[in-house]
Amino acid sequence: MTAALARLEGVIRRFARPAVTALDGVSLDILPGRMTGLVGPDGAGKTTLIRLLAGLLDPDQGRVEVLGAPATRSDRAALGYMPQRFGLYEDLSVIENLTLHAELRGLPLAELDARLAELLDFTDLARFKPRLAGRLSGGMKQKLGLACAMVRAPKLLLLDEPGVGVDPVSRRELWAMVAELASSGIGVLWSTAYLDEAERCDTVHLLHEGKLLHSGPPADLTDTVRGRTFRLFAGAGARRALLERALDRDDVTDGTIQGASLRLVLAPEAKPPDAEALGRDIPLEVRPVPPRFEDAFVDRLGGGPPGTSALAVYYRDIPENDAPAIAAEGLTRRFGDFTAAHDISFSVARGQIFGLLGPNGAGKSTTFKMLCGLLTPSEGSGRVAGHDLRTARAEARQSLGYMAQKFSLYGDLSVRQNLDFFSGVYGLRGQARRAAIERVTDIFRLGSYLSTNAGLMPLGYKQRLALACAVMHEPPVLFLDEPTSGVDPIVRREFWTHINGLVGKGVTVLVTTHFMDEAEYCDRIALIYRSEQIATGTPDSLKDDAARMSELKDPTLEDAFIALIEASDRAREAAA
Amino acid sequence: MTPGLRRIRAMLVKETLQILRDPSTFLIAFVLPLILLFLFGYGVSLDTRDVKIGLALQDASAAARSLASAYEQSPWFDVHGSRELGDLENDMIAGRIRGIIVIPQDFGVHLARRDGGAEIQIITDGSLPNTASFVAAYAEGVRASWAEGYAGEHGLRVSPPLTVNPRFWFNPELASRYFLVPGSIAIVMTMIGTLLTALVVAREWERGTMEALMATPLGMAELIATKVIPYFVLGLGSAALCALLAVTLFGVPFRGSIPAFLGISSVFLIPALGQGLLISALSKNQFVASQVALIVAFLPAMVLSGFVFEIGSMPKPIQIITHFVPARYLIPSLQTVFMVGDLWGLYLRNSLILLGFGVVFFLLAIRATRRRLD
Amino acid sequence: MLGRLFAMIVKELLAILRDPRARIILIVPPTVQLVVLGLATTLEVKNVDIGIFDRDGGAWSREFSERLAGSPNFREIRPIHSAGAMRRAIDNQEVLAVVVFGQGFSGDIAAGRPAEVQLILDGRRSNAAQIVSGYIFAIAEGLSGELGSGTGLTSSITTHWFNPNLDYLWFTMPGLLVVITTVLGLGLTAQTVARERELGTFDQLMVSPLRVPEILVGKMVPPVLVGFFDATLYVIIIPAIFGVPLRGSVPLLYLSLLFYLLALVGVGMLVSSIAQTQQQAFLGMFLVAVPAILLSGYASPVDNMPGWLQIVAQGNPSKHFLVVSEGIFLKAMPPGDVLANTWPLGLIAVVTLAASAILFRARME
Repeated sequence: MTAALARLEGVIRRFARPAVTALDGVSLDILPGRMTGLVGPDGAGKTTLIRLLAGLLDPDQGRVEVLGAPATRSDRAALGYMPQRFGLYEDLSVIENLTLHAELRGLPLAELDARLAELLDFTDLARFKPRLAGRLSGGMKQKLGLACAMVRAPKLLLLDEPGVGVDPVSRRELWAMVAELASSGIGVLWSTAYLDEAERCDTVHLLHEGKLLHSGPPADLTDTVRGRTFRLFAGAGARRALLERALDRDDVTDGTIQGASLRLVLAPEAKPPDAEALGRDIPLEVRPVPPRFEDAFVDRLGGGPPGTSALAVYYRDIPENDAPAIAAEGLTRRFGDFTAAHDISFSVARGQIFGLLGPNGAGKSTTFKMLCGLLTPSEGSGRVAGHDLRTARAEARQSLGYMAQKFSLYGDLSVRQNLDFFSGVYGLRGQARRAAIERVTDIFRLGSYLSTNAGLMPLGYKQRLALACAVMHEPPVLFLDEPTSGVDPIVRREFWTHINGLVGKGVTVLVTTHFMDEAEYCDRIALIYRSEQIATGTPDSLKDDAARMSELKDPTLEDAFIALIEASDRAREAAA
Repeated sequence: MTPGLRRIRAMLVKETLQILRDPSTFLIAFVLPLILLFLFGYGVSLDTRDVKIGLALQDASAAARSLASAYEQSPWFDVHGSRELGDLENDMIAGRIRGIIVIPQDFGVHLARRDGGAEIQIITDGSLPNTASFVAAYAEGVRASWAEGYAGEHGLRVSPPLTVNPRFWFNPELASRYFLVPGSIAIVMTMIGTLLTALVVAREWERGTMEALMATPLGMAELIATKVIPYFVLGLGSAALCALLAVTLFGVPFRGSIPAFLGISSVFLIPALGQGLLISALSKNQFVASQVALIVAFLPAMVLSGFVFEIGSMPKPIQIITHFVPARYLIPSLQTVFMVGDLWGLYLRNSLILLGFGVVFFLLAIRATRRRLD
Repeated sequence: MLGRLFAMIVKELLAILRDPRARIILIVPPTVQLVVLGLATTLEVKNVDIGIFDRDGGAWSREFSERLAGSPNFREIRPIHSAGAMRRAIDNQEVLAVVVFGQGFSGDIAAGRPAEVQLILDGRRSNAAQIVSGYIFAIAEGLSGELGSGTGLTSSITTHWFNPNLDYLWFTMPGLLVVITTVLGLGLTAQTVARERELGTFDQLMVSPLRVPEILVGKMVPPVLVGFFDATLYVIIIPAIFGVPLRGSVPLLYLSLLFYLLALVGVGMLVSSIAQTQQQAFLGMFLVAVPAILLSGYASPVDNMPGWLQIVAQGNPSKHFLVVSEGIFLKAMPPGDVLANTWPLGLIAVVTLAASAILFRARME
């Protein structure tokens, strides 16, 4: 038995504003040479726990020991800590940030140059040495943040949600880097909303409302749903309706879409529902699949939301229309010499979900902004609900609902005032306006927060409010820019339930995301890389393409994403 | 080098790079001083000259015309036509003239009769009280000297005058920029020491970099030191730049010594920086910090330091408040070092008080800066 | 269209009025500023300490000294006994001025010879020194008159129109109405757009059906309303508490105020659309407000500025509105003169608002 590097014993920590008990009697150990995962819904207390370990907060009760001393007096030179926002100086260059941290942590001068070179090499940032940190992409910032935290080979490394807003390629690289550190004997605490990452940890602590629900190897938790996970091959056309019915059943605790199929988690002892139970006349192909950590996580927290979206029930039917709801034709945007997006073309039919995927800084946000009228294209044209963005900007805007990457409603206005404002701006008046506000308040359970400042709500509620504001005027087209960034799996499921329901009413959705499991919900996906549209197709067809190219068997969408990007790099090198 | 010194050096390098790259720093440390110097050098002038007045000459006698031309030739006044009183009244309401001299119809007659009834009327625009006093005093002066000349010419007995012979030490030309420009250096140092320092520390909190720093071995005393040193240097540099411009561009004399100037400026920066650190430690937010710095540092330095407005003329309660404004103890030293020459007794007395303020602010700032996030 | 605009205006008003603290901020600091600044920013010189270096010791120097002591403008009259002590007293700013009587002073007067009083003043505070020398001149003149000196042929009678006792407060109060409105109006406006941009809500507005003029109008309303509110507060407080007369037409004052506020909003909006962050907006506001106030005629008369700067000052909205405010409070300024100072405000408002609308649009390209 190795001695713990850090230990929490019966820790209680409360905050005054808003009045919450962030941690309520938590005890855990962090061992050397292991990846320790910390998961839980938003507001579960993950950040508080990490800050306690970093000695930045005092516990109200209990003890926090780090490296054999109380956390607030521990040897900080042996501690690596990467806060959620990376803690980088944006107006300093990569090398200046690294040197600062090396000096602060007292890295011996003799080792300095070699160690910095090693870290730059390790993080693949050597090329960007003189670039200001503020001008790095999200993935690169995150790697630089990590390099700063571990500049003097710490004994304990604390990482607070390092993967938020970062693309799969960068996340995978980061994981590999940290795993290598852990195998060299240091202790790592990795807090995350990505459950596939948690699954790969040696030990996982599941926090919920300040209490530990599970501590141990992730497989222990995964085993609780063993034998209850199935895959239904539904066919692309019917999958959303099928999922809705499946989730409405009591014997299904959780379900998601994976390309053309469904993945269901059943209640204990339940049998997989048959076609008839799901309202289908042709038999469904049902296959047991190995359980995943995420299945168990959702199950442990009481299962996902029901399948019917209350929002969709009231939503108007968007009339049938042969014209595409969203069309991009040769969209190109240049900033000076730099082409941020080049010749992007696609069209999305009514009632479809279209996903824009790609690494940070590849050009998907630029494309997205051109389509919702925030940027004027240098070349090409875009149409939304039949309105040209150049000539009929106001009409195009009236027909879209928009949800921004980070929370961008008025944080210092109350929920009610935000709803009033957005309904008014979108031209709702009188009775219709009151009814719309009442409806979304009810559906998104915002009632108890109506007079709270929007900025003070938990993240999940902010997300609900943002969606509510985007859909009150019942637009035919929705633009969602990383709508679930940083949000926990339960809220994400609820969110997608609504999206699926709206799509059933004929709403068309354009979405960008870094969550590959969300990309699975899309009807079609465009992969944007280095300003070019390198692949377009259904999730399954992209997986097939990737399987052919990389000889992977049954690749996940994430594998496909990476394989397609690598193929594009190879093609580029061959051409050069 | 000890680890502590290495940490301090690294932080100083970092802070310097940020100063060089941040447009706000540039604005506060260089653009703002230039604007203030310019405003106080050219724009704000308490030197009243060439006041526009109207002259209502209602008498056609030679004596009246002679008196009128005395006004026209006076270097203090710019006589704005001699028209009907009614028109001049309108001009005064519109602000085109600041005073009216009325030489009445019977002026010449009374003068000739020597009955003492030759009375002119001086009307001023009381809405600008200082200009009005000026007009009243100088218009009367013009009349008195004209009258003396008239008496001499007509062989009348003039009893020997009692004269006052004023000598304005240090500033014989009575140029208000001589005291305004040095005074604005105090404002500049307040802005850099308090506003800029408060902003940069609050920025560390706001951007999450403070959190990262607090998880490193960097001590809180070291952190404070590395915030104080660069802005101290910047404040002193900016003050020196202002002094240089004051002397070269605005012709303000510099009669003291450079070490004395640097010394009194350095001592002033201690409370200024301490106040900045205290504000940022308490607010942790750039917006709030800037508002607070404006209200507790900039405005008092501008209004309550005796820089433009006389402290002695303020009501008692406000005079008491001025005792807590550090700039009040810098302004006399600055004015002295520019206009008088070194007076070490005065420097020492004011600097000791400033040092006292500095110690208090720093103790409070250190107490408020804890290595905790809550 | 009206619905959208209304929603925008309500939102903008809530943004500044929702917080109870913010509501207090709109009332308490402007009132406190009015009182403190009103009492502190005086260019009057009172309560001065002066020294008397009496090398004469005769009857007339004592007479003169007693008259000095009787003046309400001097606080302490300090006897000084040597040239060195006089130097020290001035150097250390213990006294602002020293009146020196030469050895033969009383003798000269008694003998009917011209007598001279030396007056040494501290030129570091040249403004105060000048005024003090004026006080002492007046005392000398009075004495001289009683001695039968002077001609007695002519005399003058002085009247101060609009402010008979030259009460400095009568000038500062209407001036502060301008100064505080300037800070408030610029401050409220300069933050708004930069703040939305920093919080990401700006994109949210841009994708909504709101048009640029609607956004601009929405942002104009709160500073104008708050400006009116605080101005009303002042229009009540200044005559009622400080006894400054309000002689002119209040509707005319409000008309001019409206254009002044629009000009401020235009300037503030321009700062706001150029600034990238709230901090830059704050500094930009500061760099605009300080010159605007110092060159308005409040700190020192515009007449005293060099000619070219007086021309530049025509572009300063505060300069024009100060004329109106002083004019309406003290001079019962007629409509013609008010309008003559109001149309430049309208022009400034139109130019700056148009420029900020263009910048607004350009930001989207």
